[in-house]
Amino acid sequence: MNVEDIVEAIRALECDLPKDVENKLLLAKEKEEGLSRMIMEAILENVKYARENKIPICQDTGIIEFFVSCEEKFSEIRKMIIEGIKRATEEVPLRKNTVNPFTRENQGENLGRFHPILHFENSNEAKIDILAKGAGSENVSCLSMLDPTCGIEGIKKLVIQTVKNAGRRPCPPIVVGVGVGGTMEKAIYFAKRALLRELNSKNPDLNLRELEEELLKEINKLGIGPMGFGGKTTALGVLIEWGHCHTASLPVAVNIQCWALRRRTIILR
Amino acid sequence: MKVLKLNTILNEDDVRKLKVGDVIFFTGIIFTMRDMAHLRALEIIKNGGKLPFDLKNRIIYHCGPLIKNNKVISAGPTTSMRMEIFEKDLIMITGLRGIIGKGGMGENTKKALKEHGAVYMEFPGGAGALAAKSILGIKEVYWKDLGEPEAVWVLEVKDFGPCFVTMDSQGNTLGYF
Repeated sequence: MNVEDIVEAIRALECDLPKDVENKLLLAKEKEEGLSRMIMEAILENVKYARENKIPICQDTGIIEFFVSCEEKFSEIRKMIIEGIKRATEEVPLRKNTVNPFTRENQGENLGRFHPILHFENSNEAKIDILAKGAGSENVSCLSMLDPTCGIEGIKKLVIQTVKNAGRRPCPPIVVGVGVGGTMEKAIYFAKRALLRELNSKNPDLNLRELEEELLKEINKLGIGPMGFGGKTTALGVLIEWGHCHTASLPVAVNIQCWALRRRTIILR
Repeated sequence: MKVLKLNTILNEDDVRKLKVGDVIFFTGIIFTMRDMAHLRALEIIKNGGKLPFDLKNRIIYHCGPLIKNNKVISAGPTTSMRMEIFEKDLIMITGLRGIIGKGGMGENTKKALKEHGAVYMEFPGGAGALAAKSILGIKEVYWKDLGEPEAVWVLEVKDFGPCFVTMDSQGNTLGYF
């Protein structure tokens, strides 16, 4: 892998949706009518236009997060990613999104303290998953430290309530990433990692697969619909990732993702 | 539901005729204004100052465009609710007639739309490439020190839409609020 691969992966993810996401949007369009159908048509036209002209799908090119899974060369990879972000900002281009949270000063490089956002996982998988997270959906996401006795019912309630509270703001139809367990920060990490899974993939855990299907059904009963105009499709999918947690805790994170679920994977050779 | 082609200078009569569900394509000039531009505009006005641009009978766009070499590359709407705390005042003080954004707005904006005569419209969220297609160019930029997304970009547009009226001047709303 070199810097060029990173720049090209960022370009590809910003300018073209993964096929599984576009297919879900096509299916959603068929289910909608009236203004909600017009919205879906505009969304799909936008996806096509962006792809053909190599233009970022959305002006909010997001904060780009890197999930690096490998066994070595962490520092080398980190350097390449920093260079990749700098170049992609100019070449793709990316909107200059990172600011100082206190002064709101924008240095114009999409870098800054603790940037880029890197998650290193020591693993023999040898790949980098890249996710562009826009603020519209990130802003309505949530973390809750539930009591262990809340159980699965508590998890369901939190997911549904979070989607309800988000309402029409996060650019529905959304994808809902749910992280359960771990520690406070890991629950959020799991929720984000869940978004890396393909929308037509099945959760390997049968119980979780059923839970994902049940939650998706419940969410789509809310009637929020495309852009909140009302309709059958509020979410395209619910994806759950989990880890063991403290006996006294039940951390649950709900990471809302807009319809423009932009991800790519680089396989490390 | 009506599909309309309108100019971006609107008077009260024009706006009062618009109803939720109407779909509009605009030609003319729109002003991008999001979080920091709202904050600054109201600060200036409250300190007795005057804005460097006139919003009377004009349309603002909740948008932080992606720009390269003075060209708009992608420019869809941002979440309007963040501007809810400012919008009533901005409408009443400046006399603007239209807001384009996404994700709906709240009760205070609803009141101001009704009282003053203005509409809130939504461009499909995330459709930034499509939006840029109907932006002909940048006429002017104000407050660039706020950073590229937060500055006020005066954009020349042709058949910019679909803009769906989701809050009209009669107090009606469309969809999930």
